[in-house]
Amino acid sequence: MITVGEVDDARNGFDPSKLLTDWDTGSTSLLPDGRVLRSFEVTAKDREIEIAPGIMFPAWTYNGRVPGPSLRATEGDRLKIVFKNDGSHPHSMHFHGIHAARMDGISGAGLIGPGEEFVYEFDAKPFGCHLYHCHALPLKRHMHKGMYGVFVIDPNPTLHPEHEAAARSRLFGTPENAGWQELVMVMNAFDTSFDGENEVYAVNTVAHAYVKKPIRILRDRPVRIYLVNVVEFDPINSIHLHGNFFDYYNQGTTLTPTLKTVDLITQCQAERGILEFHFREHEPGLYMFHPHQSEFTELGWMGMFDVVEAVT
Amino acid sequence: MNEAVQPQPHATTALPVERPGRANLLWIVVPLAVLGVAIAWLMAADPLSGFRNGAPPVEKLTFERTILGSDGLRLLLRSGGSQPMTVAQVQVDDAYWQFTQEPPGPIARGSTAWIRVPFPWVLGEAHAVKIVTNTGATFEHEIAVAVPTPTANSMSLVTQAVLGVFVGILPVAIGLMFYPALRGVGRNGMVFLLALTVGLLAFLLVDAVEDSLELAGQAAALFQGPVMVVLVATASFLVLMAVGRRHGAPSGLALSTFIALGIGLHNLGEGLAIGAAFASGAADLGIFLVIGFTLHNITEGIGIAAPILKVRPPLRAFAALTLLAGGPAVVGLWIGSLAYAPQWSALALAIGAGAIMQVIVEVSSQVLRGTGSPHGLLAPSAVAGLIGGVGVMYVTAMLVKI
Repeated sequence: MITVGEVDDARNGFDPSKLLTDWDTGSTSLLPDGRVLRSFEVTAKDREIEIAPGIMFPAWTYNGRVPGPSLRATEGDRLKIVFKNDGSHPHSMHFHGIHAARMDGISGAGLIGPGEEFVYEFDAKPFGCHLYHCHALPLKRHMHKGMYGVFVIDPNPTLHPEHEAAARSRLFGTPENAGWQELVMVMNAFDTSFDGENEVYAVNTVAHAYVKKPIRILRDRPVRIYLVNVVEFDPINSIHLHGNFFDYYNQGTTLTPTLKTVDLITQCQAERGILEFHFREHEPGLYMFHPHQSEFTELGWMGMFDVVEAVT
Repeated sequence: MNEAVQPQPHATTALPVERPGRANLLWIVVPLAVLGVAIAWLMAADPLSGFRNGAPPVEKLTFERTILGSDGLRLLLRSGGSQPMTVAQVQVDDAYWQFTQEPPGPIARGSTAWIRVPFPWVLGEAHAVKIVTNTGATFEHEIAVAVPTPTANSMSLVTQAVLGVFVGILPVAIGLMFYPALRGVGRNGMVFLLALTVGLLAFLLVDAVEDSLELAGQAAALFQGPVMVVLVATASFLVLMAVGRRHGAPSGLALSTFIALGIGLHNLGEGLAIGAAFASGAADLGIFLVIGFTLHNITEGIGIAAPILKVRPPLRAFAALTLLAGGPAVVGLWIGSLAYAPQWSALALAIGAGAIMQVIVEVSSQVLRGTGSPHGLLAPSAVAGLIGGVGVMYVTAMLVKI
């Protein structure tokens, strides 16, 4: 069974269906040495969001949405993230990536109070499917209040001649990449009663959103999911795909799968990876996906792919 | 009161009595007007806004009834929050379920609403219902053992009536059957039997107050359970004392009737509790338990018989006493299994406690009169009776407490 009613996406200011493909690639310019300088602007804000029909949650957000903006860069870019704190508590952006200690987003390294601003600067490496989150204390509270987002670094094909085709298919903006149906999925959960247990589980915040509005998938184009687990309080999350198997790239830092032909993977807190699969040989229809922790499924983390023939 | 002072009608006319109408009316209107102005000012000017610190409203939900049927679960919720409460979602066993609410919308403070969940519950197993409100607060209700809730059909009413007869009417009747045998007792024997009655009543009083407070604790906070129990018991005690003493201290058949009434009210509460436990699957009413209740309550019949040993009432009086003391158990079972909310059982038990207090006072004074001594309750036969009464009740209660 699923939650009763509809969530008001307009009031929330974000639509789970659009979050799936909503990438923030920042603004780019060229540095004197010819490298790309990619700048992002992120602002922390307090915001009440509706996480399941009728259930309001006093969230802390990046740019007013949970999960925060899905930042996407290319391997080797110079990154500049201008972070403002318009919230009521100290916040930071701690990136999973390679960077200097003073850019780490912990206390004394970019953890800023309300009204302050900080600029994180580092190189985009290693390529993969990563995340960023607030590292203010208490960590658990700042995480489950909604301060997290996806941070994808696409591989630079010229740096990976042995797997150039795979790298090109991952690189945002290339024709090879455009052939894929790419989706961002952040597995999250909310402890609405603040008792250390989650009342609502979801992928991309809104319980059962993709059951009520299945994700449309064209049968003849491959699917790639950037999957990140940020659930608090439960150590493990997972995803299971119905009627199909996928290849998995743990943390996305390789161009060959780390697991081939599986229909379930597990992720610890902050673990993430890339799923690749297709429905070319399937008949159209609704294909479910959910974690195989039945409890999470029945508390909101469940969705459907609506596989359809290509529109001619 | 033998040497009562002669009434002096002229001594009490000091208060002026002229022009009562207008002035009195004015002094009713003025305080009410002040109250009205104060409320209007509070609402308009909101002088207490400084207390508002951003805290969410206090939320409180009480589950008053749970009905398990072929169409799933039905729950009666009573809202007791500082603001009207909104049920956003319903979980059963940590899973969101479809539900409907009747009447829909926010539930005002003190109001109730029914929640229907088409949940396929499993016979004999436990389930947990969790209500999630719009603020994300949760309220949990455990269904310890899922059994279908009895419905008001003739079959179940007859079954419950039979049960009520065994736990209420039959034991009182059996106790009263000792009447001929007890008639021959002497003065000490009489004191013993009356003291025995006081002892058993004392046990019932403690039992009723304890059960009543426990049930009151399960009721919604706005009923102020414990306060209600104490006040209702006291009021019932005072009313029955006043009624009983209109023509002097009751004795004989009148006293027996009051004892039967007190025991009857207690049995009503007991019936409500058994019926509710039965309906919720919390009690397995085995034969052993029913026999236990029967044994436990036989003493009540002896207690009712004690004051009438020397008066020889007509046979129909015995029938009436039996029905008065035992009949309410049947009614209690019916109501308890069909329409159960803890505050009503607490109320019935509290009224019963007051009634028992009254008969304790009256039977004790009968003991005092019987012994002819102000320390009559300390006479060996009386002490033996008191201990015997409490002891028998306590030991037989072991058969029924699980």
